[in-house]
Amino acid sequence: MTIEELEQIAKSVCQENEKFDFEVNVCMDLACMSQGADRLREALETAAGASGKNILIRRTGCMGPCSSGPLVRVDPDETLYHHVKADNAEAIVKCLGGKPVPELQCDLNDHFDKQVRVVLENAGHIDPEKIDDYISRDGYKALLTALTEMTPYGVIHRITESGLRGRGGGGYPTGLKWGTVAKATGDVKYVVCNGDEGDPGAFMDRSVMEGDPHRVLEGMAIAAYAVGASKGYIYVRAEYPVAVSRLTTALRDARRRGLLGNGICNTPFNFDVEIRLGAGAFVCGEETALLASIEGRRGTPKPRPPYPAVSGLWGKPTLINNVETYANIAPIVRNGGKWFANMGSERSKGTKVFALTGKITNTGLVEVPMGIKLREIIDVIGGGVPGGHTFKAVQTGGPSGGCIPAEMLDLGVSYDALMAVGSIMGSGGMIVMDDTSCMVNVARFFVEFCMTESCGKCIPCRAGTAQMYTLLSRICAGTGTMEDLEMLVSLCETIKETSLCGLGMTAPNPVLSTIKYFKNEYIEHIVHKRCPAGVCTMEAPVPVVPQEVLA
Amino acid sequence: MSTFTPPPLPSSDNRWKIVNGTMRKNGFARHALIETLHTVQSAFGYLDDDSIRFVANSLRVPLSQAYGVVTFYHYFSLKPPGKHTATICAGTACYIKGSDKLAAAAEKRLGIPRGQTTKDGQISLMTARCVGACSRAPVVMCDGEVVGEMTSEQLLEQLERWAVE
Repeated sequence: MTIEELEQIAKSVCQENEKFDFEVNVCMDLACMSQGADRLREALETAAGASGKNILIRRTGCMGPCSSGPLVRVDPDETLYHHVKADNAEAIVKCLGGKPVPELQCDLNDHFDKQVRVVLENAGHIDPEKIDDYISRDGYKALLTALTEMTPYGVIHRITESGLRGRGGGGYPTGLKWGTVAKATGDVKYVVCNGDEGDPGAFMDRSVMEGDPHRVLEGMAIAAYAVGASKGYIYVRAEYPVAVSRLTTALRDARRRGLLGNGICNTPFNFDVEIRLGAGAFVCGEETALLASIEGRRGTPKPRPPYPAVSGLWGKPTLINNVETYANIAPIVRNGGKWFANMGSERSKGTKVFALTGKITNTGLVEVPMGIKLREIIDVIGGGVPGGHTFKAVQTGGPSGGCIPAEMLDLGVSYDALMAVGSIMGSGGMIVMDDTSCMVNVARFFVEFCMTESCGKCIPCRAGTAQMYTLLSRICAGTGTMEDLEMLVSLCETIKETSLCGLGMTAPNPVLSTIKYFKNEYIEHIVHKRCPAGVCTMEAPVPVVPQEVLA
Repeated sequence: MSTFTPPPLPSSDNRWKIVNGTMRKNGFARHALIETLHTVQSAFGYLDDDSIRFVANSLRVPLSQAYGVVTFYHYFSLKPPGKHTATICAGTACYIKGSDKLAAAAEKRLGIPRGQTTKDGQISLMTARCVGACSRAPVVMCDGEVVGEMTSEQLLEQLERWAVE
């Protein structure tokens, strides 16, 4: 495969598409599928066939506003229809070329206007199972350009220049990481993609892997060229069967097209990727635990250093990045580092995909430039809290993150700003809570999660999370004391400082941030034996910590 | 140097051939342990002592290590699943939208705690950490099919239908 051949494919796809007068794109993401998108697509195909019009029906990845699903977008006029049922198929086909169906048309201009799409640029525009669709939107151009016109050092320089930081949550500068792996000595190196999206309430990586799998592969291949690796692994959660099957198809097609394998683009560069399934362990999102799991062992983390960049998979230098980080690579190589660095804030460049969920009108996937105010994401893009309730807090970063109260909504979203208020960027889950959510109960929920997900290797995390859970359960049941609260805070500090890996170090975040911003709720529970949100049942027996956790 | 001969298949059940296929594809390498266990679980529905022993022997992994891996990862089950499975998502978005109330209602109806199967082997009640359909919370997987915005009434109706089958 050469660049000329690639352009030829892109051209023929465009010619093929031009034969059609209309393109009807149906979102086939998990959320729309659960609302009958597959029946809808069949109905559209039948209606299109019967109408005699020249219509292309295309299934696509996630279009974004999942709460309005199933979604259909009609091109070329870009009409977006929401809550489309199979019964509406005929009406939609009938209205093609004329006025859109008024009752199905959705007005989400506010929702889309504030968004900038880089990672999700293809979502809703390509069929994820067709490699040619991806190629027609400049797919694999970045890889072939890098291979033929750039040196590995040049690629790393471009990534460094872009200011891209790891999208998995840590925010480590990507260019710096690549540089370290490139410099590490060793004839065998590995490139690993972390698709173990364990953070409950987040589904950005799932949508990228399902909606645009080739983008991830292209990013990995460019990374492999830059650091000098020839073998890659994608570690995907077993809970995402669709992502696994889309990636399998993508791998097969990329190999067939000569975009993976030996001598890619007539250069000496060889690269291939294997999929590895996770098996339901949150701690495997931690890089050393993930590597242990790829090696077929229990996913327990190791102390760092040595970092995986020096000694990773089977002791070889290994580059690990998150799905979204790899998804950013191709556009950066194509458009240049400066283009990317122009977006975002001072120290957090580019865009970030968030999964907006919880008590908010427009749930779904959004991509915004870094530095955007939380208020804009929640009130404008998200459409605010529904049902006449008032906003209480937004939780970012999952079980490792914190809760941000209403008075801080003017905060610009960036790695450092979120860290400063006691939360983290995390992988991008953003869960909105209203006045019906009890913050003590939410903190207990996260601690329970961390307790059951602790791998048990180090004591602060294994025993500490169990003790935190006991204390929080007492407070939730109305039997806690002010001494318990003090003990909880000091316990949190100890766990934070002494845990081995990120899971333990960040497990106290939800507790500390809720104590910091919602202390009155804790005091209500302790002193007045009252749950302001009406969630906790007072004087209920304190739940017993399961034996296996204490053992 | 003696060459390693993998142990014979435990029985004539064709599913063992699928399991063996996964191991062969990976050259019977030790690191294929988790992959192979996935194949066993998808073929048989769960992992029992015989299958763990067979996989461990075939891959030359100590039995303790294989058992350690099986019990470490939540995805692996040591008990056979019921005829039908309702998996309630316990992710954050689902929790905020009341998934614990769904679980409590199902527990009460079936008379079993989450993670167990009814005595007649008809229904398993499971929880998942997050299925990634957070925008449709609360979510329940009914025999693998994602149902969003589930209510207690809907869930109980579903359980009722399964129970009388």
